[in-house]
Amino acid sequence: MTEELVAGILAGQRRAIARAITLVENDGSEAQAILAAIHSHTGRAHIVGVTGPPGSGKSTLVNDLALSFRRGSAGHPPQTVGIIAIDPTSPFSGGAILGDRIRMRDLAGDPGIFIRSMASRGSLGGLAWATADTVRLLDAGGYDLVFVETVGAGQAEVDIAKTAHTTVVVEVPGLGDDIQAIKAGILEIADVFAVNKADHEGADHAVQVLQMMLDLNSPGPHAVMHHSRLIEVAAIAGQTADTPAWRPPIHKTVATRGEGIDGLVEAILAHRAYLERTGNLVWRERERAASELETIIQQEALRRVLAHTDGKQLAALIDQIARRELDPYAAGQLLLNQPSQAYRG
Amino acid sequence: MPDKKIRVLIAKPGLDGHDRGAKVIARALRDAGMEVIYTGIRQTPEMIAEAALQEDVDVVGLSILSGAHLALFPRIVSLLRENGLDDVLVVAGGIIPDEDVPALNDMGIGGVFGPGTPTDEIVDFIRGQVL
Amino acid sequence: MFDQDRLETLQEQKERWEETTLRKTLAERPERIPPDRFVTTSSAPVERLYTPLDVAGLDYARDLGFPGDYPFTRGVHPTMHRGRLWTMRMFAGFGMAEETNARYKYLLEHGETGLSVAFDMPTLYGYDSDAPEALGEFGKCGVAVSSLADMEALFDGIPVDQITTSMTINSPAAIVWAMYIAMAEKRGIPIEVLGGTIQNDILKEYIAQKEFIFPPKPSMRLVVDTFEFGSQYLPRWNTISISGYHIREAGATAVQELAFTLADGLEYVRWGLARGLEIDAFAPRLSYFFNSHNDFFEEICKFRAARRIWAREMRDTFGAKSPRSWLLRFHTQTAGCSLTAQQPENNIVRTAWQALAAVLGGTQSLHTNSMDEALALPSEYAVKIALRTQQLIAHESGVTNTVDPLAGSYFVEALTNRMEQETYNYFSKIEALGGVIPALEKGFMQREIAESAYRYQIEIDAKQRTVIGVNDYVEEGPVRIPLLEMDPQGYTRQVARLERVRRERDNEQVGVALEALRQAAQGTANTMPYIMDCVRAYATLGEIMGIFRQVFGEYREPVII
Repeated sequence: MTEELVAGILAGQRRAIARAITLVENDGSEAQAILAAIHSHTGRAHIVGVTGPPGSGKSTLVNDLALSFRRGSAGHPPQTVGIIAIDPTSPFSGGAILGDRIRMRDLAGDPGIFIRSMASRGSLGGLAWATADTVRLLDAGGYDLVFVETVGAGQAEVDIAKTAHTTVVVEVPGLGDDIQAIKAGILEIADVFAVNKADHEGADHAVQVLQMMLDLNSPGPHAVMHHSRLIEVAAIAGQTADTPAWRPPIHKTVATRGEGIDGLVEAILAHRAYLERTGNLVWRERERAASELETIIQQEALRRVLAHTDGKQLAALIDQIARRELDPYAAGQLLLNQPSQAYRG
Repeated sequence: MPDKKIRVLIAKPGLDGHDRGAKVIARALRDAGMEVIYTGIRQTPEMIAEAALQEDVDVVGLSILSGAHLALFPRIVSLLRENGLDDVLVVAGGIIPDEDVPALNDMGIGGVFGPGTPTDEIVDFIRGQVL
Repeated sequence: MFDQDRLETLQEQKERWEETTLRKTLAERPERIPPDRFVTTSSAPVERLYTPLDVAGLDYARDLGFPGDYPFTRGVHPTMHRGRLWTMRMFAGFGMAEETNARYKYLLEHGETGLSVAFDMPTLYGYDSDAPEALGEFGKCGVAVSSLADMEALFDGIPVDQITTSMTINSPAAIVWAMYIAMAEKRGIPIEVLGGTIQNDILKEYIAQKEFIFPPKPSMRLVVDTFEFGSQYLPRWNTISISGYHIREAGATAVQELAFTLADGLEYVRWGLARGLEIDAFAPRLSYFFNSHNDFFEEICKFRAARRIWAREMRDTFGAKSPRSWLLRFHTQTAGCSLTAQQPENNIVRTAWQALAAVLGGTQSLHTNSMDEALALPSEYAVKIALRTQQLIAHESGVTNTVDPLAGSYFVEALTNRMEQETYNYFSKIEALGGVIPALEKGFMQREIAESAYRYQIEIDAKQRTVIGVNDYVEEGPVRIPLLEMDPQGYTRQVARLERVRRERDNEQVGVALEALRQAAQGTANTMPYIMDCVRAYATLGEIMGIFRQVFGEYREPVII
């Protein structure tokens, strides 16, 4: 069964890819086996993250971008496109309405496009738990480009930067006094800006404000505090006077009319070329691998500890912490340092 | 941590644009903990089958009030089979006369839920069939 | 209207009644449900008792007036149904034109006084019956009209110079209207005597019914083209039926229906003015179309509030001079979404009181639903009962003996006032979003409606709202009423006719007319004369709409779930 699925994925069979995505979403051992088998076949696709506040028109923009990449243009052959569209899971019911696909009607009927809607399933940070693995499946399945459209909560969108090669931040004029990107602290993660709904009042103002903020930003290495975590925006490797740092271009778009899309496409392709030329692609892959490994270790360690912890013992510890009889760090150490039988996976 | 969710595609085939019921069902299924992909109106059978394939849904729900169900459903069901989605539960709602239900059952529609069906009946039916 | 001292005394008396008589009764026998669950069909709260205290500020002359005079709260005509009964206009259509023609004759024979055309899905979307998009949809929810030939068959033997016809058609309204006019022309009828209505309300399509095709701006252009054409050539024709019915059917509350519909109406006025039309030249022919739902008093108050709001806005905000521009004339249809598939005979009763509310609310025209509404298109048996329902109300109930009999009811006036106030709240919200079109492009109305629809369903599922036969007094067993059967050969015959039309017409002339229409559509000329030319040459609906699709493009809605 697993071999069949793997063979199907590598042959680009959509049913196999779709089934495999479900398996990785539900995170069983079969999923891990599949991911292990395809890992050496990944690394070819260009991963483009698309993030921005709700109502910014991300889905419509992705729809237009996909169409354009499918058509190709002078100098850029047509490419196949995978799209992962993420919507939030309701914290009350655990269910979700996944409403991004509906905005991508134009893409229906094209076998070179694969759209998968995903619920965040409680994950914070704008992505779903299974996003990175799903990206790998589409990559192994032969898609040249994989778009990841985030939840768009605005505040915790940095995870996309760890998963994607190129991050497009979508802004819209008039959604408030400040530019959302600045408010949320995600200005730093943008490789490309799209000011969508540019036919609305305030579009030029939004562009100007972004330009100004970019001018203030130093191109050297710097750190950003975000949700009390330090995010290192490292120096651009290989930067010299001859290879200037990448300055995120700002493109005005009207996604509902398909305006400004060509410029955005060029910017995305240019960024990819820049990453390859400067060796940054390799660096970003390492970053991604490191971040993913950390997440996996965290998840796995937690799972193992909880799997071998008696429910009553856990409840008792929690009570002790709440009653201030025990501090949480000591409790954690207690659980982690349980006798070695706990770790016999 | 991830856990298994029932994934449902809600689609409106044909020209009928009366989407009140489809939207209410989508919300009800979400509130019952399912993940619902709502395709919107004016869906061709090809679009529905393609979406069901890519989204690997457990259930396809078809909402139609225009009376064109006997013309459209057979094509949808056969495309689902062609795509290898034999084990997908297909249910329907809207304005579908009782006398058409046996024919729909025969062609593979697992349940027909007419006007006035309580939403938990639909939720329970889906859970019973899928889980 | 009430003396201040007397009101204060009344306040004290009311409080005493609450503390003594009422309290004693509630202690022995509490009310059936908690006080906050006494709500209208729209979940709006209703008090136990209304007194002059609830309408203390009411001024008869300012707020009610006399029927036929500003602000028309009590009715648009001085004599209302004493002078003329509302038009009994039953919405009908199915299959081929010939089948529907027979149904029209049946209805006329049984006493209906106006015609109302229901078109099938392909026609509503501007597709010919044999178009691939029309697969399986021919004739199922209305009559198929693909060309002038169908329109001629539809009205064969019906004196369109003596009877008014309402056509429920939106995106293709201008074209279908042109077919009706051309049909009359061919019979030698001078078109200025033609009376009727085209629904032609594209804004509510974006909000509720979703039969839009082109984006808002070109759609509005087509609508204003009809206003202009109508004001010049068809003075008796209502060029629009600004609709709340569909908004309500989609799940809106009564206030949302009222507010969004009136907001749409005011938007049409703005567009007409922007074209340079004189307000008094086109406003008198703007008409309305409301739902009449289950909550008897809420609906009556809705109609009264509508008239008052429209009169004020037209006179004071838009400065219309002619009182005919201030009149809100409306057609009503009883609420289809309130009818059940279970125990369909109960629907006769629901429809009866909904119709009564529309009459007491002062409607000019009325369609009553048939009992099989939730099952199929009306059978002859069911539609006759629905028509008789109107006749019974007109001739046996006594409510037509006097005008606006519920005026002065403390409850009715208080609720009318409240609905008016809430409507203005919505007007403010819509304005803050930039106006009607920006608001609907942002999905504002759609979201409000989806929320109300969901709340309504939850109330039913939780049994907080009773629907007889559905969540209470439920019976098992199949439904046994005769259902409509349509001609199974209809589609084949329709396609044959279409092919004959395409063969026998002068195709060169069709090509020339379509090209001229394209030029006009790309420019700013009024498209109606060009549409008329296409229609006279027997260009099909699909061909004409095809031109518009190419020039205007197709609209993608912002989907709100």
